Amino acid sequence: MAAALPLVLVACGDDDGDATASGGDSPSAASDPSDPSEGGDEAAFPVTIDTANGPVEITEQPEQIVSLSATATEMLFAIGAGDSVVAADSYSNYPAEAPTTDLSGFEPNVEAIVGYAPDLVIASSDPGDLVSSLAEVGVPAVILAPAVTIDDTYTQLEQLGAVTGQVGDAAELVGQMQTDIDALLAQVPADAAPATYYHELDPNLFTVTSATFIGELYAMAGWTNIADEAPDAAGGYPQLSPEFLVTANPDVVFFADGGAGGVVAEDIAARPGWDQIAAVQQDRIVEVDPDIASRWGPRVVDFLRLVIEERTALASVQ
Amino acid sequence: MRPVRLPRRWLLASLAVLLAAVLLGLTVGPAGLPLRGVLTEIVDLVPGVDLAGGLDDRQAAVLWQLRAPRVVLGLLVGAMLAIAGAGYQGVFRNPLADPYLLGVAAGAGLGATFAIVSGGSRLLLPLAAFTGGVLGVAATYALGRGVGGRSTNSLILAGVAVAAFLTAVQTFVNQRNTDSLREVYGWILGRLLTAGWGEVLTVLPYVAVSAAVLLAHRRLLDVLSVGPDEAGTLGVPAARVRLVVVLAATLGTAAAVSVSGLIGFVGIVVPHIVRMLAGSSYRIVLPLAALVGATFLVVADLVARTVVSPGELPVGVVTAFVGAPFFTLVLRSARRTW
Repeated sequence: MAAALPLVLVACGDDDGDATASGGDSPSAASDPSDPSEGGDEAAFPVTIDTANGPVEITEQPEQIVSLSATATEMLFAIGAGDSVVAADSYSNYPAEAPTTDLSGFEPNVEAIVGYAPDLVIASSDPGDLVSSLAEVGVPAVILAPAVTIDDTYTQLEQLGAVTGQVGDAAELVGQMQTDIDALLAQVPADAAPATYYHELDPNLFTVTSATFIGELYAMAGWTNIADEAPDAAGGYPQLSPEFLVTANPDVVFFADGGAGGVVAEDIAARPGWDQIAAVQQDRIVEVDPDIASRWGPRVVDFLRLVIEERTALASVQ
Repeated sequence: MRPVRLPRRWLLASLAVLLAAVLLGLTVGPAGLPLRGVLTEIVDLVPGVDLAGGLDDRQAAVLWQLRAPRVVLGLLVGAMLAIAGAGYQGVFRNPLADPYLLGVAAGAGLGATFAIVSGGSRLLLPLAAFTGGVLGVAATYALGRGVGGRSTNSLILAGVAVAAFLTAVQTFVNQRNTDSLREVYGWILGRLLTAGWGEVLTVLPYVAVSAAVLLAHRRLLDVLSVGPDEAGTLGVPAARVRLVVVLAATLGTAAAVSVSGLIGFVGIVVPHIVRMLAGSSYRIVLPLAALVGATFLVVADLVARTVVSPGELPVGVVTAFVGAPFFTLVLRSARRTW
C-alpha cells in the first residue's frame, strides 16, 4: 500500500511538464505493471488523474458512480466497475445491465444527479458548469472528452481503471484490444487496391472526415475517405453536396442512420443519380450500428472488424 | 384608378437576369462538370437538335437528376416565397408582413420536428410540415378574430403569439431528442439539398395554383391599398379578398417550406426591392417579385453549394447573409417610403 501510493502521485505529477492536457502520459500510473500485489488495486487511493477539466483527486474507491456518457458506461462495465454504477444517462443502452435512467449528459440536472448520492460522476463534456456545480456539493467529476485517436480510448480506459480501482482489469482490456486490432489489421492485404468510402451520419449527407475518431478507424483499415477533400470542413463533420458525392463515386457506402434513423439500403440506392455510384451498382451499402460508430469505447474493435471485413471482401474482387 | 402596366423594360430585364441565373446554376457546382459538356447537354434538349458527346452517364446523372431539379426547385420556392410575401404585405397593408408571419413557419417547423424525431419515413416530413404550417395559420386566424375582430394588427399580433408558443414547444421537443438536433437544425436553416424531381413535382401544383390566384388579385390588392373602407365604396369586398389572398399565400408558402425548410428573408426583401426599383403597384410588384425571388434563390443556392465545396451551407444562411446588406443598400439609395 505504501509503495503504490507515491508511484501514482509521481506518475501523475508530470502533467505540468511536456505531457498534454489530455493526460497522454499520466495513465502510465494506471497501466504500470510494476506493482506485484495484483489484489491490491484498492491500494491506489487516493489517486489523482489528469483529465480534460484538470487534475481530479479521488480519495476513496467510488461505490456510487453516475455515468453521463454512454461511452464511459460501456468502458466502466468492460473493466469490471459496472457494479459501482448506480445510474447511467439516457443514451447508455449498452451493456444490457447498465442502469439506464433519464439523466441527460447534454442538459445535466445537477439536483437529479445528486439524488443518486454519487461519489464520482463521469461525463464526456462539461455543459452548464456541471463540474463546478458538483464540486459545490463535494462530488468529484471526471470529464472524458470524445476521443480523437484510438490511443485516447486506451488512455481513458486506464484512467477509469485508476479512479475505480480496476487498474489490472483496465490494463488487461487495453492489451486485449491492441492484440485484437493488430490481428484484424493484419488481415488487410498489403497489396489491396485503393478503396473509397462514404460514411453517412444522416440523410442530409452529413459525414465524417479522416480527422475524426471514426475516420481514423477507417483509415487504419485501409479506406480512403471521399470527404477528405472538403476543406477543413465543420470540424471533421462536413455536409456533402449530393453532386459531389455522386461524382466522387465511393466504392462502399456505410450508413449509420438506419434503425431509429429510418434509412434502409433501398432508400440510399433509390436516391436521384445514386444509381451511378459504384457502391450502389455493386450492392455495397453497409449498415453500421450508430451507437458503436459514434462511441469510442471497447466496441471499436467490433466496428474495426466490420470495416476490415468489407475491406478484404472488396480487395478480393478488385 | 389610373391604369398601371408592368413596364416592359423591367419585365425583360428580370427575365434576362433569371435566365442567366439558371444557366449559371446549371453550369457551376461542386461536381466540376465540364462547361462544354453541360452546354452541349442543354442545347441537346432543344427539339430537333441531336448532339452527341455531351457528358458521360455519371456526369449526366449529376446534371439532370441532382443539379437541374435543384435549380428548378429554387425557382419555384424563391418565386413562391416572394410573391406570397408581397401578397401578405398587400392584404395587411403592413411592410413587415411576410410568409413567416402568421405562424406558418413556426407551425411547419414544429411539424417537421415531430416528423424527424419520431424517426419515421422521411417521406412524411413534407406532409407534417405542411400540416403544421396550415394549423399554425388556422390558430393565428382564430385567435386574431377572437381578440380583435377585423383589425389586421390584431391578426399580426396573434401570429407573433402563436409563433412564440409553437417555437417553445419545438424547443422542448428538441431538448428531449438531442440526437436528432442536427437534422432538425439543418431543416430549420433551409436547404434545397435532397431535391430530386420528386420534390419539384410535389410543390409544383400548389405553387402554380397559389401564384395564379395571387396574380389574379393584383388589381384588387391595388384597390385594397387605399384602405378597406374606401375599397368597399369602390365595390371591392375587402374581407373576401383578404381571406382568399391569405389562403393562397399560406398554401403556397406551406408547400414551399415543406420541401425546402425555412428559407427566411426572401418574402420580405424581394418585394421591397422591387417596389423601390420599379414602383409600388401590385400589378408591377407581384409578377416582378416572382421573377426576382426565383433569381435570388437560384443564386443563393449556387453560393450555398459552392462556397464551401464539396460541403454545403444552409441556403437560408446565404439568403440572410447576402440579402440583408443588399436590402440595406437599396433602402439607403432609394429613400422612398413604403
